[in-house]
Amino acid sequence: MSPERYSLAAPPELVARRRRGQVFQYLCLSATLVGVVTLVVLLADVLIDGVTWLSATFFTEFPSRIPARAGIKSALYGTVWLMGLCALISFPLGVAAAVWLEEYARKGWLQTVIQTNIANLAGVPSIVYGILGLAVFVRWMVPFTGGRSVISGALTISLLVLPVLIIASQEAIRAVPGSIREASYGLGATKWQTVRHHVLPNAMPGILTGTILAMSRAIGETAPLIMIGALTFIAFVPDGPRDQFTVLSIQIYNWASRPQADFQHLAAAAIIVLLVLLLSMNALAIWLRNRHHREW
Amino acid sequence: MPTIRVSANGEAALETRDVRVRYGDNEAIKGITMEIPRKRVVALIGPSGCGKSTLLRCFNRMNDLVPSAAVTGEVLFHGENLYADHVDPVEVRRRIGMVFQKPNPFPKSIYDNVAFGPRLYGRPPDLDDIVERSLRQAALWDEVKDRMNDSALGLSGGQQQRLCIARALAVTPEILLMDEPASALDPIATAKIEELIQQLVEHYTIVIVTHNMQQAARVSHYTAYLYIGELIEYDDTNTIFTAPHEKHTEDYVTGRFG
Amino acid sequence: MSERAVIEATRGVGGGAPRVSLRGARSRTAKEAVIGGLLFAAGAVSILTTVGIIAVLVWESLAFFRRVSVAEFLTGTVWTPLFVPQHFGVLPLLLGSVLVSIIAAAIAIPLGLGSAIYLSEFAPDRLRRYLKPILEILAGVPSVVYGYFALTFVTPLLQPLVPGLQLFNALSAGIVVGIMVLPLIASLSEDAMNAVPRGLRQGAYALGATKFEVATRVVTPAALSGIVASFILAISRAIGETMAVVLAAGMTPNLTLDVRESIQTLTAYIVQVSLGDTPFGSIEYQSIFAVGLLLFAVTLGMNVFGRWFLKRYREEYA
Repeated sequence: MSPERYSLAAPPELVARRRRGQVFQYLCLSATLVGVVTLVVLLADVLIDGVTWLSATFFTEFPSRIPARAGIKSALYGTVWLMGLCALISFPLGVAAAVWLEEYARKGWLQTVIQTNIANLAGVPSIVYGILGLAVFVRWMVPFTGGRSVISGALTISLLVLPVLIIASQEAIRAVPGSIREASYGLGATKWQTVRHHVLPNAMPGILTGTILAMSRAIGETAPLIMIGALTFIAFVPDGPRDQFTVLSIQIYNWASRPQADFQHLAAAAIIVLLVLLLSMNALAIWLRNRHHREW
Repeated sequence: MPTIRVSANGEAALETRDVRVRYGDNEAIKGITMEIPRKRVVALIGPSGCGKSTLLRCFNRMNDLVPSAAVTGEVLFHGENLYADHVDPVEVRRRIGMVFQKPNPFPKSIYDNVAFGPRLYGRPPDLDDIVERSLRQAALWDEVKDRMNDSALGLSGGQQQRLCIARALAVTPEILLMDEPASALDPIATAKIEELIQQLVEHYTIVIVTHNMQQAARVSHYTAYLYIGELIEYDDTNTIFTAPHEKHTEDYVTGRFG
Repeated sequence: MSERAVIEATRGVGGGAPRVSLRGARSRTAKEAVIGGLLFAAGAVSILTTVGIIAVLVWESLAFFRRVSVAEFLTGTVWTPLFVPQHFGVLPLLLGSVLVSIIAAAIAIPLGLGSAIYLSEFAPDRLRRYLKPILEILAGVPSVVYGYFALTFVTPLLQPLVPGLQLFNALSAGIVVGIMVLPLIASLSEDAMNAVPRGLRQGAYALGATKFEVATRVVTPAALSGIVASFILAISRAIGETMAVVLAAGMTPNLTLDVRESIQTLTAYIVQVSLGDTPFGSIEYQSIFAVGLLLFAVTLGMNVFGRWFLKRYREEYA
C-alpha cells in the first residue's frame, strides 16, 4: 500500500469543497455588512445634511415659511405631550393585561383567544390603528377627546403599542421563577398579594425595558397621527390634552416633502433630534436590561 | 499496566501516545497511551465523568468543535498523527465514523439520510447501490426498502439508530466509534444493536463507549477501564471481568461503586 | 395574611373559635375577585381593539359599497376618487403595494437570509455581539427617516445608473422598505437556525461535512419553515409600510410595472386623503375605510399564515 493512500491531508476534492465554503462565507458576510454599511451611510447622510442647522433657535422657534427662522418647538412639545400621555395610558393597561394572562387566566379557550388576538394585533399595520383612532376617538368620542387632539393621538398610539408592551411584560413575568410564587403562597398570601409584592417587583426591570422599547417605537410613528388629524403646520404648543398638536415625525415629513433644499436641511436636523431621542431611549432600555439581568 | 499487543493480528487501527485533553482549566484526559487493534471491538467503560466519551471524540477530532478544548499528544492512524498540522479534520472524519447516544437522523427521507455522506463528494453514479449496501449492513434494509422516501423521523428509536449506523457506513470508514449507542433504546432494540456490532466487526474496527458493563462483556473483545481521565486497566474482556489485575478495576466491575 | 388574622387563628387552636379570620376571608375574596375582574378587563381591551377595527372598517365600507360596486372596486383599473370624473378601481393601489413589496423582498430576502446564516453558523462570538445590535438599530429607524433617505440619497444615487428614473419612483421606495424589513428576516431566520438541535450538526460533522455543508445542507433545510415564515411576515410588514413609500414613491395611482415611475400604494392613499380636508361622510372619506379593509385583510391573512408556518417548525422538534 502506497503511503499516499493513507494520508490525512485534504485531497483535491476536499480542497475544492473548502474553497467553495470560503466563498459562501464571504458572501454571507457581505450580506450582513450591507445592512451595517447602509446604517452608517444613512446616519452620515442625515448628519451631514442637518448638523449645521441645529442651532439654539431651532429648538425654540415654531415652524415657519422662512427656513432660516423655522424650529421644532411645537413638534417637540407635542411629542413630549404625546409620549407622556401614551405612557400613562398604555403602561398600566399593558401590565395589567400581562398579569392577567400570566397569573390569573386559566389555560382555556379564552386565554388562547386573547393571546392569539394580541399576537395578531402586533402585526396590524400602524395606519389601520390610525383609521380606528379617526373613527372612534376623533369622531365618535369627540365630546370626551375634543376631536383632533393630543389625547386622541395618545389613545390611538397606546392601542398601537399595547400588544408589544403586553408581550414584553409577559416574558418578564414568565421569567420570574415559580419557586418565588410558591414560597409566597406557602405563607398564605393571596394571588394579588403574591403578584404585587413578589412577581411584579422582580419582573419590573424587564417590564420597564419592554415599555421603553415600545415607547421608542411610538415616537417614530407618523401615519396614524396624520390620520387622527395631528396638523402638519401649527405655531403653538398644547396647553392641555384636548388641544391640537403636531409631533416631530410629522414635522420631518412636512419639511422633507417640500422641494426647496433648505427644508431638506431642516428635515435632516429634525431627524437628528428624533434619532438622538430614540437612541437614548434604547440605550436606557439596554442599560436597564444589563443592570438587572439576573441568572435565576 | 498491561497493554494489548496487537502484533498478533497486524498493525493497530489506532494508537494513542500520551493523549491529554484539557477543557479550560480542567484536565479531562490525563495522558493515555493505548492501541486499538484492527477489526476488534474495544469497549471503554468507567463511571460517569471518567472521560470515556472525551477520549472517543479524540479519535475523530470531534473535540475540535468545542472551542475550549485543547488536545495534546498523538493519535496515530496508520502511523500518521491525526493532530498533525497538515491533517484536515474533515478527512479524518470520513475515515473514522461516529454514532451518537441519541439517534440524530436528519429531518429528511431515509434515502437522503444515508445518501448524505456520499453526496458530499459529488454525485456518485452508484448511489442507489451504496444506500442499499449500507442499509443491509446495518440490518435495516428489509424494514425500510419499501418506504425509502418516507421521513426518517417516522422510524422507531431503534430503527433510527440503525439508520444512523447505515449513514455512517455509507462513507466506508475503517473505524466506527459508538458513543453509548444503545443507552436511549429499549431492550429489544438494544439486543439488535449488539447483534449488529458482532456482524460489523468482521469488516470494521469498533470502539464503543458504554456505561453498561454487561453490554461491554457481551460485545467486546477488549475492554479499557477509565477513571477520572486515567487509563487504569486495559486487557481482553474476559480478564477484565473475571480476573482484573487492578483492585480499582475489580471494585468497579463488581459494582462496589460507580 | 395580616398579623391580626394569624393571632386570631392560633387563638382558635386552643379551643376558642377563631372569629376575625372568617370575616377577613370573605372581604379578602371579594377584593381578589374585583382585582381579577379589573385585570381581565385590561386583557379584554385587546379584544375590544380588534372588534373596533373590524367594526369600523366594515361599517364605513358598507356605506362605501352602497355607492360603488364591489366588482368595480376590486377589478377597476382607474383610481381617481379625488378628481372628476371619479373612478374607484383599486387595482393601481394594490399593484403599487405589491410592486414595492416585491422589490423589498428581492432585497431583504437574500440579504436577510445571508446575514442570518453568517450570524448563526459562521460569525465568531465577538463579531456577533456587535453585528446583532446594529441590525436591531436598523429596524428601529422610523419610516419617515427612511423616506427622507430615499428621497435625498438613494434616488439621486440611482439616477445616473437607471435612465429615466423619476424623482418619485417605486424602485427607491422598494429598496428602502427592503432595508427596513431585512432585520426582521435576519432575526427570525437566525432564531429558526438556532433552534436546530446540536445533535444534527454533530451528526453531519461526524460524516465528514465542512462547516459550509453543515450550514447549507443540514441547518438551513431543517430550519426552513421558520425561514419561510420570516419571509411571509416581512412581506406583510412591507405591504403595511407607509411614510417611507409616501416620501419615496409619491402619491400617483399608476397601474404600471415600470419601477422608475411614481406609484401610490394602499397605505399612501389613506394618508393622502387624511392630509386634505375631507368631509365626514363623503365618498372620499368612506374610500379610506374600503382601502383600509383591503389592507387589513391582506396583511392579516399573511400574518396568520406566517405564524401558522412558524408554529409548524417549532413542533418538529417537540
